[in-house]
Amino acid sequence: MKIEAGVLERADGSAYLEIGGNKVLAAVYGPRELHVRRIMRPDMAVIRCRYNMAPFSVGDRKRPGPDRRSVEISKITADALRPAVFLEKFPRSTIDIFIEILEAEGGTRCAGITAASVALADAGIPMRDLVVSCAAGKANGNVVLDLSENEDKEGEADLPVAIMPRSGEITLLQMDGHLTSEEFDKALNLAVEGCKKINEAQKEAIKNRYGEENG
Amino acid sequence: MVNIVPEITRKSITELIKKGERADGRSPNDYRDISLEVGVIEKAEGSARVKMGNTQIMIGIKPQIGEPFADTPNVGVLMTNSELLPMASPTFEPGPPDERSVELARVVDRCLREGEVIDLEKLCIIEGEKVWMIFLDLHVLDYDGNLMDAAVLGSVAALLNTKIPVAKVEEDNVVIDEENSVELPIKEKPLMCTFAKIGGELVIDPSLDEENIMDARISIGMREDGSLCAMQKGGEMPLTNEEIKEAINITSQKTKELREHLK
Repeated sequence: MKIEAGVLERADGSAYLEIGGNKVLAAVYGPRELHVRRIMRPDMAVIRCRYNMAPFSVGDRKRPGPDRRSVEISKITADALRPAVFLEKFPRSTIDIFIEILEAEGGTRCAGITAASVALADAGIPMRDLVVSCAAGKANGNVVLDLSENEDKEGEADLPVAIMPRSGEITLLQMDGHLTSEEFDKALNLAVEGCKKINEAQKEAIKNRYGEENG
Repeated sequence: MVNIVPEITRKSITELIKKGERADGRSPNDYRDISLEVGVIEKAEGSARVKMGNTQIMIGIKPQIGEPFADTPNVGVLMTNSELLPMASPTFEPGPPDERSVELARVVDRCLREGEVIDLEKLCIIEGEKVWMIFLDLHVLDYDGNLMDAAVLGSVAALLNTKIPVAKVEEDNVVIDEENSVELPIKEKPLMCTFAKIGGELVIDPSLDEENIMDARISIGMREDGSLCAMQKGGEMPLTNEEIKEAINITSQKTKELREHLK
């Protein structure tokens, strides 16, 4: 696993993340003026997110442009990050998050959220905590952490989770598959433990960029 | 979003160029630092990440088997597509490709195709029925000027790095042998140089600030033997015959330097 903050010149904040076979780039613009009046909030900023997969990131070329899957992931990513940001500090503006999956190997939505949260911090946006995401699941009858592409396709369940580690509050929870109540408890605990490990790497990336005194 | 350049920036850049200097300390015919990595995406059959100054583009190659065009039944297909990602600049917006993105893809496509980078006839599997289609995707990650030269350089590097599976014909069916792969039949290595005209002078590899204030732009694609394979003029002002000839002369020297990065 590798996380690096501040990798792009133009973006206000950016982060690059490699986890397993995933390579993810996230960039943040804002807070900036919002041109779409319809979604403007007079008392706070809005967060918009675009999750996109590169055509060359998967085995068979993916046609460029949004599909149903990427639209859903964009939405849940924005939802997962929103609770961490002090939105009320920036009324009538927008914070735009762009996530590019350059190479995909299972668990890209979690990688995207983890990277985007580092990019938000790199952009200097005030936050309650970093958001970190990790999936647990069930494959071959066992509850396991961070399913690979094959485990995800053939496994029995997938449970992506995002948390704010300081409070332990959960900002993303999805489930796809079949689990007993006990298995769910086990999987959720496992995912939270995984998140905490990744969170250390996030903090490290920000410290590397800005030095110990600001960490 | 309209790019507004302060008058003072415009003036200082123009004054410097008139004196033969540039805002970032380069001389008129210097490129910014170039870095080129290949094989960066394992899932892509070929890939490259190119940086020209702060401009950064990721290029991925994906082959697919498809049908040839009716007028060229024995020729494979090279498709160039570009995406100006909204992360690359505050002026790029999500959505269908705008005219800048289409121009970039088409100019790069012309330079590669007319520069005969691949011997496309060797990509024919069954004449009139099955050929290899090579998809080249330009993923612009960071925009700090001169996308075209970076895109062509990175594309050629990615194509040189590409390995496609072996396709065999068995009883009129195409069988793909994923175990064995071959390099693409590379024929030529065309490259492109772009110049901006500012204050009546030409400067190579314009930075974003220079692009924002330039009067005109000329991009020249050239093969290794010095023959031309693509040109594109841009910008609002005209160019003279002499300026275009000067640009061609400089291109023939500078493409030699750029070609060193492909070794």
